[in-house]
Amino acid sequence: MSLMNVLGRAGDSRKVNGELFAFMYGSLVTQLVIDYETDEAINTQLEKMGYNIGIRLIEDFLARSGVARCVDFRETADVVAKLGFKQFLGIQPAVTNWSNDGKDFSLIFDNNPLCDFVELPADHPNLSYSNLLCGVIRGALEMVQMKVECKFVQDVLQGHTTTEMRVRLLEIIDEGELPSNNT
Amino acid sequence: MSLRDESGTLFEFLHMEMVNMFLSTEDEGKNSQSDVRDFVHVKLEKIGFSCGRCLAERLTQDMPRMTDQLEVIKFICKDFWMNIYQKQVDNLRTNHRGVYVLQDNKFQSFVPIANGTQYIDQMSPFLAMPCGLIRGALAALGHTATVHADVVNMPACTFQIRIQRVESDVLS
Repeated sequence: MSLMNVLGRAGDSRKVNGELFAFMYGSLVTQLVIDYETDEAINTQLEKMGYNIGIRLIEDFLARSGVARCVDFRETADVVAKLGFKQFLGIQPAVTNWSNDGKDFSLIFDNNPLCDFVELPADHPNLSYSNLLCGVIRGALEMVQMKVECKFVQDVLQGHTTTEMRVRLLEIIDEGELPSNNT
Repeated sequence: MSLRDESGTLFEFLHMEMVNMFLSTEDEGKNSQSDVRDFVHVKLEKIGFSCGRCLAERLTQDMPRMTDQLEVIKFICKDFWMNIYQKQVDNLRTNHRGVYVLQDNKFQSFVPIANGTQYIDQMSPFLAMPCGLIRGALAALGHTATVHADVVNMPACTFQIRIQRVESDVLS
């Protein structure tokens, strides 16, 4: 029910609020580009920050959305795309390209609010600008016993036609086992 | 965090994570603790500055030009603060010579952290970015300023803004 309230809220102030996040994220990436020498190091750092955000954001998400435990990974994918992204970024990426074993899927982003005001400089061809999102998903899902691996395989900022994130389920973490201290 | 909406939460988490990340990476390279704090402060302030400048430009794009200094400060206390922290600044004082003191009795960044005086000495890294936000917004609206934050009792926080006098002010 709380989700309906969220969706029904006035659109305009929400949009600018979302832009605040995009602005701050942009400023952060700018700083990291100065601080780190390689694009790969920046990507890793962004992913790590995302992970730390994700492990806390999942609680906020569960509290607000009130969704119950998912029965399978397909349902998880739908919840991530249709509720998670909708709630925090106001977008609904499409879930497609399932692998046969049902462990890999792609999220296709029609628009990405993080990139609204962004253009990548020519000397950073491998910078995965939105890599924070990969970390957020990895962190959030790890807190609900799913170890996943996320990666942007295509990005409009890098000149591709679509933005595509590939998510792969590595394992379901046993209830008894503590999540590894992965950073 | 009852006042925060989803993007506010996201903003807050990102802010906390930035503070954490800069503190830990700078810690590796530098020896002295005060050096670390300075570096972290400069970087976070810079991030706040560019973010504040963008946001102020975005918010004022359909507004008439603000001619008066006080008008600019009021914009920061109301619209600007509202957009970032979902509440307005509670109290504004000024000496009418370019010094303004903004007081927020329930600063939203502090609400989830602590209540009282216990953790005050550890709060300085968390104040750099908000100071930068204010300075950036003022810069976008044509004022050069220095901003300094003070905490006496969390979650209350005061920001002191000192606006530099420009030539045209002196002449008029």
